[in-house]
Amino acid sequence: MSIDLSQFFEVFFEESFEGLDAMEAELLNLVPGEEDSETINTIFRAAHSIKGGSGTFGFNSVADFTHVLETLLDQIRDGSRPLLAEHVNLLLKSIDCLRALLSALQAEQEPDLSESIALRKKFEHILEMDESENDESTNSSEPHAELNTFQIDFKPHHHLFKTGNEPLYMVSELAELGDLDVVVFHNEVPDIKELAPDDCYLSWRFFLNTEKPEAAIKEVFEWVEDDADITISLCGGLFEDLDDSPVKSDHKEESQAEVKTPIAAAKLATSTPTKAQSSGSSSSESTSIRVGIDKVDSLINMVGELVITQAMLSQLGEHEITETTFASLQEGLAQLAHNTRDLQESVMSIRMLPISFVFSRFPRLVRDISQKLNKQVELKLLGEQTELDKTVMEKISDPMVHLVRNSLDHGLETVDQRIAAGKDPVGVVTLNAFHQGGNIVIEIMDDGQGLNTQKIKEKAIANGVISDTDELSDKEINELIFMAGFSTADAVSDLSGRGVGMDVVRRNIESLNGSVEVASAPGVGSTFTIRLPLTLAILDGQLVKVAKHTYIIPLISIVESLQIDVTKVSRVGKDLDVLRLRDEYIPILRLYNIFKHQGAIETLDKTLLVVVESDNQKIGLLVDDLLSQQQVVIKSLEANYQKVDGVSGATILGDGRVSLIVDISGLIKLSGLRKPGSQELIIESQANLEAS
Amino acid sequence: MSALLSELNSNLTLEEEQGVRQFLTFIMAEEEYGVDILTVKEIRSWEEITVIPNAPNYVQGVINIRGTIVPILDLRLRFGLPKIEYGALTVVIVIKVDLGQKTKIMGMAVDAVSDVYSIIEKNAKMVPTFSDSDNSEFVAGLVNVGEKMVALLDLKKTMDI
Repeated sequence: MSIDLSQFFEVFFEESFEGLDAMEAELLNLVPGEEDSETINTIFRAAHSIKGGSGTFGFNSVADFTHVLETLLDQIRDGSRPLLAEHVNLLLKSIDCLRALLSALQAEQEPDLSESIALRKKFEHILEMDESENDESTNSSEPHAELNTFQIDFKPHHHLFKTGNEPLYMVSELAELGDLDVVVFHNEVPDIKELAPDDCYLSWRFFLNTEKPEAAIKEVFEWVEDDADITISLCGGLFEDLDDSPVKSDHKEESQAEVKTPIAAAKLATSTPTKAQSSGSSSSESTSIRVGIDKVDSLINMVGELVITQAMLSQLGEHEITETTFASLQEGLAQLAHNTRDLQESVMSIRMLPISFVFSRFPRLVRDISQKLNKQVELKLLGEQTELDKTVMEKISDPMVHLVRNSLDHGLETVDQRIAAGKDPVGVVTLNAFHQGGNIVIEIMDDGQGLNTQKIKEKAIANGVISDTDELSDKEINELIFMAGFSTADAVSDLSGRGVGMDVVRRNIESLNGSVEVASAPGVGSTFTIRLPLTLAILDGQLVKVAKHTYIIPLISIVESLQIDVTKVSRVGKDLDVLRLRDEYIPILRLYNIFKHQGAIETLDKTLLVVVESDNQKIGLLVDDLLSQQQVVIKSLEANYQKVDGVSGATILGDGRVSLIVDISGLIKLSGLRKPGSQELIIESQANLEAS
Repeated sequence: MSALLSELNSNLTLEEEQGVRQFLTFIMAEEEYGVDILTVKEIRSWEEITVIPNAPNYVQGVINIRGTIVPILDLRLRFGLPKIEYGALTVVIVIKVDLGQKTKIMGMAVDAVSDVYSIIEKNAKMVPTFSDSDNSEFVAGLVNVGEKMVALLDLKKTMDI
């Protein structure tokens, strides 16, 4: 019987990535010299199960590499080797390497083995150094390469086959170690009537002539330790007179330790669900999601309610409607509305994950970068339990990495500079997440030198972005860093300073319907604030009428809606109307013009103006009428059609018709309107779009 | 009924062996066109449609088919034929079209549906190209069914907008 193992590959990869994440997190907690055994055990267990799994699935490149890693960990675990900082670094590197190997295997590509081989050499180097030391100090009387004869008693428990082990493989593995003699004991085999065909009744005694150490033999039986009595003793060698009891007890201890493993591993799994998705690989969007059983249960409950309500309603529908049944019909409909809303909320909550899945990748990042830059940095994470839609989370991770890198590279000063400025030599970078209204707000704060407004201004003038006569507030100047091709770093490092980035950051965040702002004070630090909608799937919309068409304007971008006071409208240029509203000038965009619809109301005093804001720019959209406000489910137009300028998506209204959702920033681009104060912006970004 | 079905099935397998495919045909400006019946998802009557701003003239708009937003093309306009008012016979043929990287579900409005024919594919003739007609690019081949001539559509080209 052959089982197609490939169906389990996905599970193995997911678990392995989870294991690597757990290892990484624990490694970062390790301080050489004061490591605690539980941490090391956790790391060891994760490595052990990756090794086991990859061996089973035939990913030998991974299994072999994990093996050396595990050997080192094992020695640290049993205290025979002190943990050094270089070990932690090496282990972290090998986690990266394993991740790369596994990703390649997952994508069914041939993995690049060069790095794993190099790392493996380093591990072996460390291990060898130690072995030679050990040899000198303790076992100097016994040279290693001596030929020994081991006697191995292998008595499997009856259920051995049921755990999927095959003794024949072990025998052939033993035979590879040296000259092997086998004696089989079959005295336990019962009468044919009582024989259970899937039990193991045989036991063996092996005599093995080998140069290999005892550990090599132990390894052969590693997977059956719990399912068999194994005794290994040396005969004819120096230890002939040694009783085999120490070896035995040794095994007991080990098997006890093994028993603990599944529980601890299970704990680990429940406390860190879906870790693999967030940081397993940043580029590919994961397709599976792990959901807490409580969320599923509440969903089932709600569906139950829904079925009951439906039954009630259909019962009502069977009879003629009278006064009394009408009342209960209305009641039933209200209940249905309630149920639907609850159901919708809990379905959405399945997609919601705590932001710690994004945050968890930063300790490592900060550690690596601060070492590279020779800066002392403390990373503070706040609001890790704030929940966020999974899709949003996957897309926010890269922009955040960018901002954190910038903070470390440009924001924080070097230790000397900080001492000179009278600050704590350790810089602090804080990541904070919290909910505010229907948004999630993520702040990236550093207590560094802040943005250098003077330098930004000079650069902007040199680039021709602004002219030197422009009067800009500091805030406006700081906003300039989000423009393409802007970097004020004196020297371009390999981390940042090439001037690509901040504009990409802003573009990525805006593609999620979010916004990013910067606040900065010289010498005190800077704060980047990212605002994002909680979910991409649903939006609060204002339905508006343009000619005979219904459009939806996202409620979040609407500032106000008003009737136009015609006396305050003035015409600029040949066809742009501008409304003076309080002390602001609001350009009026005629939606029917932009969308080229016939039959709309064109006189200003009979229409309504919806003032919306995007990119810190306010514009007025001229519509015929305001209809209702409602939550709408966003559907993609691109799935079956293509991207439409000025439209971010579509939705289905209550009557089954399709309605289009207006994309404000796309609309501004479409109208060719320029942003005040930065003449080139819109044209330039359009050019960029076309170029890309 | 079941006997009929099994006969039909055995006919089908026989036909498959000979490279026979079934084509749904429809009428547009007195001409008959065919599409592989396996690409057809459903046939709907004409209904009210949501206009997409600034779209090419042959894209009539989008409709909702059980929660999916599906664009509808007017095939007359796509082929450069004169537009006629939609009537009782006007139908929308919803098809699944493979556009290389992804499959899309789209609809095409045509004058009327006609028939289903079994056509041996290798009997299809290549279209002669006329310099003054740009419609021929949408046609993969021509076949004769009895007295009539049917133009088999190249869906990929027709729907690639």
